[in-house]
Amino acid sequence: MTDLNQLERDLLSQVDAAGDEAALEAVRVSALGKKGSVSELLKTLGAMTPEERKERGPLINGLRDKVQGAILAKKETLAEAALEARLSAERIDVTLPVPEAPESRGRIHPISQVIEELTAIFADMGFSVAEGPDIETDYLNFTALNFPEGHPAREMHDTFFLAPDEKGERKVLRTHTSPVQIRTMTSQKPPIRVIIPGRTYRHDSDQTHTPMFHQVEGLVIDRQANIAHMKWILEEFCKAFFEVDQVKMRFRPSFFPFTEPSAEVDIQCSRKGGEIRFGEGTDWLEILGCGMVHPNVLRNCGLDPDEVQGFAWGMGIDRIAMLKYGMPDLRPFFEADVRWLNHYGFRPLDIPSLVSGLTS
Amino acid sequence: MKFTLSWLKDHLDTSASLDEIVETLTRIGLEVEGVEDKAKALAPYKVAYVISAVQHPNADRLRVCMVDTGEGDPIQVVCGAPNARTGMKSVFAPPGTYIPGKNITLGVGTIRGVESKGMLCSGSELGISDDHDGIIDLPEDAPVGQPYAAYAGLDDPVIEINLTPNRPDCTSIHGIARDLAAAGLGTLKGDAVAPVQGRGACPVSVTIEDEKLCPAFALRLVRGVKNGPSPEWMQRRLLAIGLRPINALVDITNYVTFDRGRPLHVFDFKKVKGNLTVRRAKEGEEVLALDTRTYKLDPSIVVIADDNGVESIGGIMGGEHSGSDETTTDVLIESALWDPLNIAQTGRKLGIITDARYRFERGVDPAFTVPGLDLATQMVVDLCGGEPTEAVIAGKVPEDKRVIEFPWSEVPRLSGLDVPPAEAEATLKKLGFSVQGSGERVSVTPPSWRPDVEGKADLVEEVVRIAGLDRIEPKPLPRLEDAVAKPILTLIQKRTRLARRALAVRGLVEAVTWSFIAKDEAELFGGGDGRLALANPIASELSDMRPSLLPGLLKAAQRNADRGFGDVALFEVGQTFASDEPEGQSIKAAAVRRGMARAEGVGRHWDGGAQSVDAFDAKADVLALLAALGIPSGGLQIVAGGPAWFHPGRSGTLQFGPKNVVGAFGEVHPKVLKALDLKGPLVAFELNLNALPPPKAKPTKMKPKLTLPDFQPLTRDFAFVVGRDVAAGDIVKAAQGAERGLIVGVDVFDVYEGAGIDPDKKSVAIAVTLQPTEKTLTDVEIEAVSAKIVGEVSKKTGAVLRG
Repeated sequence: MTDLNQLERDLLSQVDAAGDEAALEAVRVSALGKKGSVSELLKTLGAMTPEERKERGPLINGLRDKVQGAILAKKETLAEAALEARLSAERIDVTLPVPEAPESRGRIHPISQVIEELTAIFADMGFSVAEGPDIETDYLNFTALNFPEGHPAREMHDTFFLAPDEKGERKVLRTHTSPVQIRTMTSQKPPIRVIIPGRTYRHDSDQTHTPMFHQVEGLVIDRQANIAHMKWILEEFCKAFFEVDQVKMRFRPSFFPFTEPSAEVDIQCSRKGGEIRFGEGTDWLEILGCGMVHPNVLRNCGLDPDEVQGFAWGMGIDRIAMLKYGMPDLRPFFEADVRWLNHYGFRPLDIPSLVSGLTS
Repeated sequence: MKFTLSWLKDHLDTSASLDEIVETLTRIGLEVEGVEDKAKALAPYKVAYVISAVQHPNADRLRVCMVDTGEGDPIQVVCGAPNARTGMKSVFAPPGTYIPGKNITLGVGTIRGVESKGMLCSGSELGISDDHDGIIDLPEDAPVGQPYAAYAGLDDPVIEINLTPNRPDCTSIHGIARDLAAAGLGTLKGDAVAPVQGRGACPVSVTIEDEKLCPAFALRLVRGVKNGPSPEWMQRRLLAIGLRPINALVDITNYVTFDRGRPLHVFDFKKVKGNLTVRRAKEGEEVLALDTRTYKLDPSIVVIADDNGVESIGGIMGGEHSGSDETTTDVLIESALWDPLNIAQTGRKLGIITDARYRFERGVDPAFTVPGLDLATQMVVDLCGGEPTEAVIAGKVPEDKRVIEFPWSEVPRLSGLDVPPAEAEATLKKLGFSVQGSGERVSVTPPSWRPDVEGKADLVEEVVRIAGLDRIEPKPLPRLEDAVAKPILTLIQKRTRLARRALAVRGLVEAVTWSFIAKDEAELFGGGDGRLALANPIASELSDMRPSLLPGLLKAAQRNADRGFGDVALFEVGQTFASDEPEGQSIKAAAVRRGMARAEGVGRHWDGGAQSVDAFDAKADVLALLAALGIPSGGLQIVAGGPAWFHPGRSGTLQFGPKNVVGAFGEVHPKVLKALDLKGPLVAFELNLNALPPPKAKPTKMKPKLTLPDFQPLTRDFAFVVGRDVAAGDIVKAAQGAERGLIVGVDVFDVYEGAGIDPDKKSVAIAVTLQPTEKTLTDVEIEAVSAKIVGEVSKKTGAVLRG
């Protein structure tokens, strides 16, 4: 009996003393391997009498289980310790930078962003988007829009001309997006509700003018659209676009060859601390021009001004972008300075929508 | 258009304040640009008496003055003006006064030990003149204590309106007064001009050669005038609106130009030889005009000539030769009508901007031609004396046949505002329209001074602008259909937007560059067609419509690099021009990457070397864009080489078949870098969004059925040795074709040239993925497929399996 107890103490202390998996394995082989001390004892069971086996069997098997259990437990402890040791050796400097994600580097130009914003608003009011070429005929840019030949109103437009063709006709870079009004009215039947965003050009360059800029026009033609509707559309647009609950607008009679009556529209604002706020304050800021489509323009499109009527308006996209987002100057819009674009541009996934808001 | 308040009140009997007048002008469409109210700005400045001026104890150039300001005790002022002296009268400003000429607000100061409680001022300090040699020296009778502005007659506020080109009637103060009267701000005064009874015939006759260019010409001689400076009140008004007084005769013509919108001209009768003829100038004729410049004339220009030759450019500017001066005793006064179009063209051609041209090109009231002459004549007689002859009138004032049939319902139809017909009629009448008939429909005759009114809409504008646009209540525009809104964007509109987002997501920054570029840049990028060159570019580097977005982007990248930002990645989605027809315009998307601006990361990184951009970065961009646009890559071919602006060996062309090239990518050609003064590395792509195939129309939105195989895919690697010029794409294609049903993917995972491989060869390793669908493949079957792959690749590319 004593030899079994002794063996158990010896083996358990060897297990305990094993410093690593190899040492533990050596202990296991010495005890439980083919020729191991415990295995040898187990072999003796076969030669025993039933009585002897009844007595010795459980003892020897118990010894085996105990040793086996100890080895397993030790194995886990060692594995734990080994993992511990490995983990304490495996260290990274988490403050090292990762490359900045492309999604956070990319930018959308404010003009593109604002076009998407106003498209979202007008789409909700049932408008679609019409477009036309930048190089226009003199007829569509001026004559069809009721700019008489040689009229001083043409001079207001500082037009870029292309070289005359074989017939002596010279095309122009459109001075406004209004020729698309004509293209729309001659290609589709009323009712018409379109907005027309696009590039426009005037021979003008100073602090507040660039030879290329962006306009958006709106055109509504049906059998009843009048100034009251136009006022509603424009007020709703301004509230939605500038994301304010109230705006105060002032409609001043004015003159455009292609509308009659015509008006210019100012929007009330405050300029406290150099920041423009709409819906408050006492200053007026000119924001757009509008009017009822001139009967001559309707006639030029084959429409009868006694049958159909409608209104149109136009504003500078760059200008409303500046008013909303606070760029002080127009010129940098077209200079592609990445410092400006990073600052005033929009993140790639800031997609304007009326569902989630025009701006995040 | 500028005028003063007192001048306006000559024509408008009103008790309205300046603020009310200004507010009303803007409200009825005569937008006030600015009001200069010197009485307000100069209110603190008063006439003062210098009781004594003695030498400052501590400063040679200063004097200590005791000043009587008209109220309270004398005030001590230290003054540095050399002309400050005892007994003079000048202008005093108390502490707290803003000094416009110095842009300071005055305080109480101690100057060299002597207290100074105000300031004696010079003209320049008040901002009213350039005179800064000394303080204002007023006559002895100047009343002490009176506001200086009032004393000096500077208290007449000047109003400037931004006149729209359709309102020639408001180039006259009388016309402005009429609009204000119609708006309820008072009563219009002095409409009619009494005819002048001349004596004897005008000794100069007038012949008009083309009555289209000059329909009417009225002329009269006034003998025995005494020309000299015009009266002070007239000079003051002219100065206030920015005109320089010349002499009474000229000042009268300028005065009537503004007072009545009626430009006139005066000739010195003694300098006129023979009779006057209104005719087209002859080629090569010249005239020395009143602005002392000589103008070359041609037959498109209408002149007034006598036996000496050209005396005046009709309707625009008189000639120096026959102009009036202090010695003029007999004066010919001209009041003529000119063709607006011709005046506009001549003015533009000669580059002359005058008050006469401004009015004639907009349209001067034809009916006021003779009254205008009479008014001017009367003023000449009143101010300069003399005796007028009868007027000679050549041509005739054209008849005005405009009558507009006007249903009152037109006002609410167009404006949405129900103006009662009585109110509308009253408005029209106050504006000078005559209204015939009664009931729902009337006949309206516009006044002669309103050439802009031609139809019903114009009448609606008149009624509504006077009623006030603010009276129109906004009214919701009903939806066209009571339904959920339909999508509105066209395919190209959708693709344009999506392209921007897709490229920005790759770290590219959107630029908007000019649509026009320099001619040599256009030529470098396949453009430069003369039909796309501007006739009047704003600058030589902005002369031609761009054939490509790349020149603008490349130059922008360089500008950023020059500012110290060398690793830039820019894109643009915008229009390019292949011809001047609408079809020649297409939307392209393009991007450039410079330096180390790679999509994966910009610049040097601690985890890897510094990697410059290469053509594959541009290829990755354009393929990502195509994927984002949902363009199926099936038919897309990538062919070596690109347009001339790319490096021939490091560029590729994207096409759906050889006839449908949609774009290109690669390294920018070194010659282009040199020509545009750019420093690389610069890579780029450009894709024509208009050329991309449309999506296939499908009857439903159902996606194809998904079948997931029950068996695992397996991968086999092959390394081939091939000629160096064999395209990896051909190897991939050959491998893909070896067993179509089974091979689902071929990836190139290694390309090697160097030791162990023939110098003219390379090793290309591919991983082929097999996807069994029926059963697990046996080793034998896998071997068979492998052999097929090797065989096919060898056959198509001459490759040998690397041993």
